[in-house]
Amino acid sequence: MRIYPAKPKTVYFYGTCLVDMFDPEAGLDAISLLEQQGLEVIFIEKQTCCGQPAYSSGYTKEAKLVAQNQMDLFVDPWPVIVLSGSCGGMMHHHYRRLYQGDSAQATVEKFCNRVFELTEFLVNVCRIKLEDKGDATSVVMHTSCAARREMNVHVTATQLLNQLQNVELKIPAYESECCGFGGTFAVRHPHISQAMVEDKTRHLSETKAAVLVSADWGCLLNINGAFEYQGQSLKGRHIASFLLERIGGK
Amino acid sequence: MNHSSKGPEHFHSQAKAALGDPQLRQNFRGAMDYLQDKRKSAFHDPVEEEKIRDLSEAIRQRCLSKLPQLLELLDTNCTRNGIEVHWAENSDEANDIIARIAQRHEAKLIIKGKSMVSEEIELNHEMAKLGIECLESDMGEYIVQLDGDKPSHIIMPAIHKNKQEVSDTFEHHLDNFTPTLDVDELIQTGRTRLRQKFYDADIGLSGVNFAVAETGSLCLVENEGNGRMCTTVPKVHIAITGIEKVVEFLSDVPPLYSALTRSATGQAITTYFNIISSPRKSGERDGPLEVHLVLLDNGRTQAYQDADMRKTLQCIRCGACMNHCPVYTRVGGHAYGTVYPGPIGQIISPHLMGLDKTKELVTASSFCGACAEVCPVRIPIPDILQRLRTAAKNPPEADMIPMTGQASAASTLESLAMKGFAFAATTPTLYHAGTWSATKLKGLMPDNIGPWTQCRTSPKFADNTLHQLIKTRNKKKGETS
Repeated sequence: MRIYPAKPKTVYFYGTCLVDMFDPEAGLDAISLLEQQGLEVIFIEKQTCCGQPAYSSGYTKEAKLVAQNQMDLFVDPWPVIVLSGSCGGMMHHHYRRLYQGDSAQATVEKFCNRVFELTEFLVNVCRIKLEDKGDATSVVMHTSCAARREMNVHVTATQLLNQLQNVELKIPAYESECCGFGGTFAVRHPHISQAMVEDKTRHLSETKAAVLVSADWGCLLNINGAFEYQGQSLKGRHIASFLLERIGGK
Repeated sequence: MNHSSKGPEHFHSQAKAALGDPQLRQNFRGAMDYLQDKRKSAFHDPVEEEKIRDLSEAIRQRCLSKLPQLLELLDTNCTRNGIEVHWAENSDEANDIIARIAQRHEAKLIIKGKSMVSEEIELNHEMAKLGIECLESDMGEYIVQLDGDKPSHIIMPAIHKNKQEVSDTFEHHLDNFTPTLDVDELIQTGRTRLRQKFYDADIGLSGVNFAVAETGSLCLVENEGNGRMCTTVPKVHIAITGIEKVVEFLSDVPPLYSALTRSATGQAITTYFNIISSPRKSGERDGPLEVHLVLLDNGRTQAYQDADMRKTLQCIRCGACMNHCPVYTRVGGHAYGTVYPGPIGQIISPHLMGLDKTKELVTASSFCGACAEVCPVRIPIPDILQRLRTAAKNPPEADMIPMTGQASAASTLESLAMKGFAFAATTPTLYHAGTWSATKLKGLMPDNIGPWTQCRTSPKFADNTLHQLIKTRNKKKGETS
C-alpha cells in the first residue's frame, strides 16, 4: 500500500503525449480540477513523453535516455501529477527498474515516489469532495491495465464517480480485461488486438451507459476508434473533463 | 479438427487461423470463463489468497536459491531409496536414457500419465522411431492423441474441444462407439478402452509435480487415477521432470499443492495425490520393480543464471496465467506452437528453444498483467517479458551472459525509429514541432493506416496541442492579473 503525503501547495502537471495531441482540453480540465483544490499547478513546457513506447518494445537504452530527460525537468520536490495510469505506471514503477543497480538509483526512487495518477492524487492526497451539479446520467468506466494493476487507480476513479449523486455507474462484463491496445501490441498483433477491442466495445455498449470515461488516452484511442468504425454513438472521454463538467466547473 | 501447429515461428499465421475459427474461440472463451470462476471461488478470501501466494513464492525462491545443492541431495536420497536417477542436459539425452531403459526391458508399450516434459522432449515421436508405442492415459491427452494432435493447455490438454467434438473424435477413431453428448458416458468410454492398456504396458511414465530433496520422493497431483495406475501397475516406472521442480522439504509440499490446485481448477485438493518414494519393497504386493527419475535441464540453467529470469522457474504449472490471459483466451494454445503456451510459455520457451525461434511470442502480450495478478507464486511475467524483448532486440551488455538467439529480432529500421523517438522525446523543440505539425496537418492523415484501421478509424488529432493551449491560457492569465 502506498503512503500518501499531506496536500502540498504546488504540483507539477504531466499531460502525457497522447493527451497533448489528441485531447488537450482534458489537460486544461485536469488543471482546473487541481486549481479548484487550491493548488498551484506548474506545467513544464519542455515535457514530452514518458518513454513507454521504447521501453515496452525492448529498447531499454532509449527509454532510459527519455526517462532521464523527463526527470531532469522536475527539479523541485513537488508531486508530479500524471494524466494517465499507464504513463503513471511507467514513471512510478518502471523508471525504478531502468535504474536498477545504477548509481542514480536512490535519486530515481525519490522521483518515482513523487509520481501520482490524477484520480489517485485527487482522492488520496486532496481528499476531494465533489458536488454533482449535472442531470441524471449513467456512465461506464474503462481503466487501462497499468492503471488497474500497477497503480491500483481503478479504485480511486470509481470513488470519484461514486461521489457524483446523479451519475449511475454501470459495470461492464469482463470489466478488468484488456482492451487490446497495449501500445505497439495493437500494431504488431493487429488480429488479436482486433478480437480484443471488438469484445471490449461490445461489453461497454451492452451496459447502455450514456457516457464512457477513462483516465487513459491510449485505451481511448483504441476504443473510440473501434466505436467510430462500428458507427456507434458511445464515445469515451477523459475522466477529468467529465468530473469538471459535473461539478459545474466548465 | 487437427489444430497442430508448425512452431512458434508461425505464431502470426497460427493466431490468425485460430481467430478465424468461431467454434474454437467459443470453446476457449467458455472454458476460460469457467476456470476463472473456479479459481475465484477457491480464493474467496483475498487476505488468505495473498498469504498463500506470499508463502508459495517464498518457498519457491528459497528452493531455487539452492537449486544445485537440492538436486544433489535429491539424487542422493532418491538413490538411497532405490530410485535410479539420470541427468539429461537436453531432449536427446533424455530420450536416449528412456530408450535404453525401454530396450533393456524389451518394452513395446509405454503408458503415460500426463507429463508436459515428455511433450517437451517429443518422447512419443522418438519412441515410435524405435518401434515403441507411447499411449496417453490422461483423458484429455488420450483424446488429443487419437486426433494426432497436441495439448493446447498444460493441465487441460483437450480444452479446445467441446463434448460434440470429443464424441466426433471417438466416433472417428474407436470401434463400436455410439455418438453421445453425455460427458460421463464419453469419459467412461475412454476409461474402458484404456483399462487393459495399463496391464499390457511394460513401462509407466509420469511427470513430477514436486520432487522432495529431503526425502527423495516424487509427488504427483492428479484427478483421474491414471497417474496412480501408470506408476503402480507396470513393472517399470519412469518419472521425468525439469530440474526446477525440486523442493527442499516435505513440508514445502502442502502449501504449494494447495496453491496449485486452487489456482488451476479451483479445487481445494485433487482426487489423487501420490507420493512415490521407492520401487516395490520385498514383501510388498504391488508397485513397480524399478523406478527411474530423469532430471532434465534443456535450457533451464540459462534462466537460472540470471536473477530476474530465474523467477520463471518458480512456476508450479497451474495454468492460471493462461486461463486469465486475454491473448490465450482468443487464440488458444496451439497458436503458440510451443509445448507450454500462454504467458508462462512466452517466458519459458525462449530458454528451451532460443529467442530466435520465439521472438514473435515475446511480443504477443499487451502487458495487461492479468497473468501476474493470478500467479500463485508471483512470477512477474510482464517484467520478464520486457527483459526478453530487450534481449531479442539488443546484444548482451558486457557483464551479461548471452541468451540463445539473443538480438535475433534486431531490426535496423525499428532501431532507427526508436533512436529517432528517443531523440525527439529528449529534444523539446523537435517534439513540439512534431506534435504541432500533427495537429496542423491532421487533414493529411490518411483514412487507412494499415492494421490499425482494419477495425478502427484512424486517430483524430486535436486542433491545438496541450502545450499551445497552456501557453494561451497562461498569457490570458497574465493579461487579467
